[in-house]
Amino acid sequence: MEKNQTVDMLSGLSCPVPITDYKTVLLAHGGGGRLTHQLIEKMFLSQFDNPLLAPLHDGAVFTLGNTTLALSTDGYVVNPLFFPGGDIGELAVNGTVNDLAMCGANPKYLSVGFILEEGLPMEDLWRVVQSMKSAAQRAGVELATGDTKVVDKGKGDRMFVTTTGIGVIPPGRTINPRNARPGDNIIVNGPIAVHGIAIMSVREGLEFETAIASDTAPLNGLVDAMFGAGELHVLRDPTRGGVASALNEIAGSAGVGIFITEEAIPLTDDVRGACEILGLDPLYVANEGKLLAFVPPDSTSAVLDAMHRHPLGRDAVVIGSVVQDHPRVVVMKTGIGGTRVVDMLSGEQLPRIC
Amino acid sequence: MCLAIPGKILAINEGGSPRMGTVSFGGIQKGVCLEWVPEARVGSYVIVHVGFAISTVDEKEALETLKLFDEMGNSLDELKDPEEGER
Amino acid sequence: MRYIDEYRDGEAARRIAGAIHAAVTRPWTIMEICGGQTHTIVKYGIESMLPSGITLVHGPGCPVCVTPLEIIDKAIAIASRPDVIFTSFGDMLRVPGSTKDLLTVKAEGGEVRMVYSPLDAVAMARQHPEKKVVFFGVGFETTAPANAMSVWQARKLGLNNFFLLCSHVLVPPAIEALLSSPGNCVQAFLAAGHVCTVMGFEEYIPLAARYNVPIVVTGFEPVDILQGVYMAVKLLEAGRSEVENQYVRSVRREGNVAAQKLIGEVFEVSDRKWRGIGEIPRSGYKLREEFASFDAEREFDVAGIAAQESSLCIAGSILRGVKRPHECEAFGGKCTPEHPLGAPMVSSEGACAAYYHYGRLENREAQPA
Repeated sequence: MEKNQTVDMLSGLSCPVPITDYKTVLLAHGGGGRLTHQLIEKMFLSQFDNPLLAPLHDGAVFTLGNTTLALSTDGYVVNPLFFPGGDIGELAVNGTVNDLAMCGANPKYLSVGFILEEGLPMEDLWRVVQSMKSAAQRAGVELATGDTKVVDKGKGDRMFVTTTGIGVIPPGRTINPRNARPGDNIIVNGPIAVHGIAIMSVREGLEFETAIASDTAPLNGLVDAMFGAGELHVLRDPTRGGVASALNEIAGSAGVGIFITEEAIPLTDDVRGACEILGLDPLYVANEGKLLAFVPPDSTSAVLDAMHRHPLGRDAVVIGSVVQDHPRVVVMKTGIGGTRVVDMLSGEQLPRIC
Repeated sequence: MCLAIPGKILAINEGGSPRMGTVSFGGIQKGVCLEWVPEARVGSYVIVHVGFAISTVDEKEALETLKLFDEMGNSLDELKDPEEGER
Repeated sequence: MRYIDEYRDGEAARRIAGAIHAAVTRPWTIMEICGGQTHTIVKYGIESMLPSGITLVHGPGCPVCVTPLEIIDKAIAIASRPDVIFTSFGDMLRVPGSTKDLLTVKAEGGEVRMVYSPLDAVAMARQHPEKKVVFFGVGFETTAPANAMSVWQARKLGLNNFFLLCSHVLVPPAIEALLSSPGNCVQAFLAAGHVCTVMGFEEYIPLAARYNVPIVVTGFEPVDILQGVYMAVKLLEAGRSEVENQYVRSVRREGNVAAQKLIGEVFEVSDRKWRGIGEIPRSGYKLREEFASFDAEREFDVAGIAAQESSLCIAGSILRGVKRPHECEAFGGKCTPEHPLGAPMVSSEGACAAYYHYGRLENREAQPA
């Protein structure tokens, strides 16, 4: 296995760096909120601008011949590698499968790139690979090609995995964040904040009477069932940045307002307890195995029924709707009846002490 | 610095210094220093701030407070619609 | 969750709000001095439930916000040293110093770690005898016993590599400073329930009498805050300047005597500078002489750091409740949580950050997109 070679990416760069507030990349730039968006827009979109990239959706949608395809990529840097309910391998497969499913595509093939740190136990690599194998089988995708690199000890946080996937979008499905329309109901398929808390609990050393397990899962089967039942306007999996950031992104893309009700948002007791103790707002905690669907009123009950019949949709519920008022802003009716704005995450959500 | 939440003591490590215990917060457990709540027992609820119990919840007083709410007069709903009350 | 859910009950909240509406006959200005209470008020939209005559203002209740710039610059200087592991609660990591914040120090290679409890920092010092572990002890009286315990434990364990960078502030002197400043318009206070859980509320009685202001010791859940406001309104309407306790399930008049004892052993009262306000005599804690070897300011040569405040930031007026965040020129434009000019925009309890994130719709619509 070859050691990594440094790539000189900046030679020949003549444009001034567009982000002047920050001289270095911060962890917050990976948080999924405003800073991430700023990084993507100023550093990447400005340079690579093309109609496929511009929507900044979970995947790129394009047509080759008579077939409409979706292409998506995702990097996995989770620490720890193994956590209750899954590991980096399972996340890597499900994550890209889900990005494709959020475009309305049937995922077909994945490629995977491994960056392994010198000293990583072979046992760990084997475990990850086995997880990826079962996850791929469960999702109905095949691993078609891959690449492996090894970096010096201290340079790689044990393992980074990148998966890229390609899927086929059946005719008649047009999913786009811009399609959200006033009147659409917003459905979530189950309790939120589970994955983020599962990870955080291992990192913060919290003990649970029963361990909180990540809810990572492939959602393509559920999405198919939903398309079979009615019309869908938008699909989004609320990963980094949580439900709040995803809703803000969609409200921004479509230029609509969103109104949600705190009491309607499903949350399990143990995840709630963990959020209380850490001072975290569950709306901003990362999710896996969860999706948000924007569904027109006349399809809502059929889609909900179809979801309830599917193992990953049993607790599906409407949490709010798209409104004409306050365009681009997400507003929530709080548990005690007041109202407040649900903002986009700024940097990283740090556990609150005060 | 104010974030302190109530939790139930599941176990106390008597004889430790400082006195430590295991407290449950809605199902999750954490080790908490109980040095300043000598009156607390297994089953007591304590208010915990940055890993330290700063008081025992007085259950009697808590119930009194809740009863007071019930005795309050008309609900806001009967006066006006909360959304209309927005300034 | 028990003892939390009952105090977030919508029905109870609406009953108390209704009672407030019924009790109010004149406009009143009430101040809370606790970041946690600011957070609850804005997060649950409590103001939208109150009659328009009640104005809630936010005082200097965010210890992160009032930590002087010089101390943050000192923290940054210490954290940048290769022989140091710098530990802190989450909020302090993003507060801007004169040129950067602690998270930037981390990005540049400094060893900066977030901890949940000061005892975690002591454990780290044990695990890393080759490094100097510094804990950033910021807080009101609520956190003082925990910070005192960390130093006391370090001494007991014979550690010589644990240090406290101390920035403790006290509430009653701040209330006094606010009440005696010209142009003060605050008519009643909600006192911080967890500060009083530790310290009791005896110190507030002479303040209430001397300045003619009712003070209600209040908890943190939305129903607690509403009940505290109700009790304050009743006192104001009756013209009674007394101290009452809403947070009876946690606060006793004498407070937590055992915790106070430990504070007294490790700390002594000192003069303190409050960012945005200035020096308030006898308004902070510093380590007693016998614990001086644990004082980070003595261990590390960080004297003479000149601090430069942003000229646009009006944190002082915000912290004194004289101006509200959306009245600041820079709010939402030059100053946002992503690039804050001052502390109240960074800390999630800071009034500016709270208004920015949760701000009522009218304020939001006035902001640039």
